[in-house]
Amino acid sequence: MALLSVEDLRTHFHTSAGVVRAVDGVSFAIERGEVLGLVGESGCGKSVTSLSIMRLVPPPGRVTAGRIRLEDEDLLDKDAEAMRRVRGARIAMVFQEPMTSLNPVFTIGDQIAAAVLAHEGGGRRAAWERAVEMLDRVQVPSPRERARDYPHQLSGGLRQRAMIALALAPGPQLLIADEPTTALDVTIQAQILDLLRRLQAERGMAVLLITHDLGVVAEVCHRVAIIYAGRIVETGSVASIFASPVHPYTRGLLRCLPHPSRFGQPLSSIEGAPPDLRAVDGGCRFAPRCPHAIEACRREEPALAKRKPGHFVACPVVPA
Amino acid sequence: MVGYVARRLLQSLGVLLGVSVIVFGLLHLTGDPTRLLLPLEAREEDVRQMRALLGLDDPLWVQYARFLTRAVRGDFGLSFKHQVPALTLIFQTLPATLQLTGAGLCFALVVAVPAGILAALKRNSILDAACSVGVLLGQAMPVYWLGLLLIMVFAVGLGWFPAAGRDGWSSLVLPATALGAFSMARIARMARSGMLEVLAQDYVRTARAAGIRAFVVTYKYALKNAAIPLVTIVGLEFGILLGGAVITETIFAWPGVGRLAVDAIFSRDYPLVQAIVAVLATLFVVINLVVDLVYTWLDPRIVYVRSVR
Amino acid sequence: MSVVAHTAAPALARRRRRVSFRAAFGLSVLLLMGGSAILAPQLAPWDPAKQMLLKRLRPPVWQERGLSQHPLGTDHLGRDILSRLLYGGRISLGVGLTAVTLSALIGVSLGLTAGFFGGRLDALIMRVVDVFLAIPYILLAMGVVFALGPSLGNVILVMGATRWVQFARIVRAEVLSIREREFVAGARARGNRSLRLLLHHVLPNALTPIIVVATLELAFMIIYESALSFLGLGVQPPTPTWGWMLADGRNYVASAWWLATLPGLAIMLTVLAVNLLGDWLRDTLDPRLTV
Repeated sequence: MALLSVEDLRTHFHTSAGVVRAVDGVSFAIERGEVLGLVGESGCGKSVTSLSIMRLVPPPGRVTAGRIRLEDEDLLDKDAEAMRRVRGARIAMVFQEPMTSLNPVFTIGDQIAAAVLAHEGGGRRAAWERAVEMLDRVQVPSPRERARDYPHQLSGGLRQRAMIALALAPGPQLLIADEPTTALDVTIQAQILDLLRRLQAERGMAVLLITHDLGVVAEVCHRVAIIYAGRIVETGSVASIFASPVHPYTRGLLRCLPHPSRFGQPLSSIEGAPPDLRAVDGGCRFAPRCPHAIEACRREEPALAKRKPGHFVACPVVPA
Repeated sequence: MVGYVARRLLQSLGVLLGVSVIVFGLLHLTGDPTRLLLPLEAREEDVRQMRALLGLDDPLWVQYARFLTRAVRGDFGLSFKHQVPALTLIFQTLPATLQLTGAGLCFALVVAVPAGILAALKRNSILDAACSVGVLLGQAMPVYWLGLLLIMVFAVGLGWFPAAGRDGWSSLVLPATALGAFSMARIARMARSGMLEVLAQDYVRTARAAGIRAFVVTYKYALKNAAIPLVTIVGLEFGILLGGAVITETIFAWPGVGRLAVDAIFSRDYPLVQAIVAVLATLFVVINLVVDLVYTWLDPRIVYVRSVR
Repeated sequence: MSVVAHTAAPALARRRRRVSFRAAFGLSVLLLMGGSAILAPQLAPWDPAKQMLLKRLRPPVWQERGLSQHPLGTDHLGRDILSRLLYGGRISLGVGLTAVTLSALIGVSLGLTAGFFGGRLDALIMRVVDVFLAIPYILLAMGVVFALGPSLGNVILVMGATRWVQFARIVRAEVLSIREREFVAGARARGNRSLRLLLHHVLPNALTPIIVVATLELAFMIIYESALSFLGLGVQPPTPTWGWMLADGRNYVASAWWLATLPGLAIMLTVLAVNLLGDWLRDTLDPRLTV
């Protein structure tokens, strides 16, 4: 049984300007100890997906359909208190902006300790010790002193490490990392990714890594799911997807990556722009930009179909 | 830290200097202060005598220097009407005003802060709507009208509280209520918007994502963040209320500095007026200074206070 | 999240199309007040200064001793309350508008100067701002009005000269932000041309917050003016002002409730309307404002 199984998730925002179908039929699964990358461009629904799993979607958004199974429990069925116990202790989340994601008027030690205390007894002293220990695990130098620092006193990289420490302190089975390195310098990015990889291996933790950067995916992930306009269009192992991408969007994405072999040629991009998520109808959402689109594409929503073992594609048109 | 405090202190002194200029200038606005101090039919000779007495023939800056040096020592001259040093009169009446302002502010805080916070927590509920309406009405209602209404209903109509004078705790209730209501609307509004802003922050989301109990998130985390700017508001309100006390004291015949000021103005008691404006302005500046320093002490982000590693 | 970005613009347009209750209420009340103020001579059934001592202290028409020719009653000198309210509105709104204009002019000029020239001049002006903020306005107004003598002109002068601070701050902030944007080190060499460019850019942008501040200040001025009248320092009788009426009513709190209540109600409604309008303006024109 997969650790996390998302089935046909739909999260809609009921705004005064119309219903925004941010996530409209997302399905994927993560096994224990596996790192799944969720890749897509801005606004494609990847963040909303992660918030939906945590059931932290801000109003006017709501999960309107689907199932989210953590081992054998449906998260969408749980009441508020039960869900609270899941958050942090079983599924944890690391956000993109470490500066705004940490409370500026509390020390980082306090905040990590709070995360521990939310799920375990043991008193404040024990929680503080655990906070220091976690800071050490994420390779923050002089953890005991640093724990007494406020977020603004740390550099971006250290703040992100602190956030990771906060997320991992209660010992979750699944870590959702929403663009954990996007706001950081390139050199720091590499360090953080390294750290994530190491921690993941140490704890046998599953990771849902959300990113728009295929390079990151290549480095850290075992499998990857490509999301476009609120729908998954292709999933598979990293090797398979990079070697033989099927969906036109995936192909487009990979072509956008600069490659030494194409040195001297103009950079390619994908024509057009993602659709307005209020005005989508049935049919493939990529069709307007797709060079292979046929009539049927605009009428019917393509389902994820197996092309090769472990490699699923939502496009009936393009051959492997 | 010391540097910052010193700088703020210097700034406050500068402001006080400016205030002293204005206070001094009040007397000379019309060009000839004797016109203010003496009745219109005064003889030419009396006018000349007064001018000599007050040293009004000296150049302006000399007069100002004289005024300033005396003022710094607390010498504002004798009140014309009461023939007592102006400052003494002020110190006699100040406690009453402080009591009134303090009570009004406490009342306002006790009602407005929880109301504002609750309104933020239960957004778009009936409570929130009621709070908005209350804020609107409170901001539109002139404090003297409220005072009169309170007198009409509670003093004259129901007879629960005395309508005037300072005589035991029950006489404090109505004036403090009128004054407090004046502040309540502003404070509630700030509390609500401050809380709403904090609740929308990313770090609240992080706390929720870590599974921290909602109760703890709201009352331990968010509150501390929202409270810090609220402290500044409270300080400012105290200053505003000092001004509002003038009218409230007049209506309720409360023997404080405000009533003294109105009386002094109508009896052309200029030394007293000068002294009152100077003292109240100084009080206000001091309060602001204290509030600023408290704020920097509370908020860990202010670099001047905590050393950066 | 770009989901929010997607929907923000159309949502705003949507809101404008559906007429805001606040704006409608505020605007209609204001128009009513303004209209009756302007048309007071036509609308008022009686001369507001006319004393009809035989009919003194009559309650409003819906109470027992009320008279239908005096729908809102008469005061202690037999003057018709309704007429006095109408004429009083002229003063309140007239003084308020004039004073706001005056303080806007002063404030905007000083704000522009402070922002444009920067440096010591800016610091000086900001110190002056601090000084004005430090003195309780009522005392300052009282002192000045008293020194100059209570009259319509002096009241406007005092209010205009003490409340310019808000305008100065807003305009200065606007100027500073434009300076950050448009002028890089070398551009300063353009000298005179930069002043014109600055004005060209700043004023249109600053207009929005100026209007919002002006509306809110108007509300303040109306209360302020009646406070001064209430204390006896405003416009002198026999011109009726709402503040004076309240002051008169103070003596009859026990016997004639309408003398104190009705003028206050008038003030409150007007200020409420102005505030609603100001809030609505701020929300639609520039939600960033923290006025």
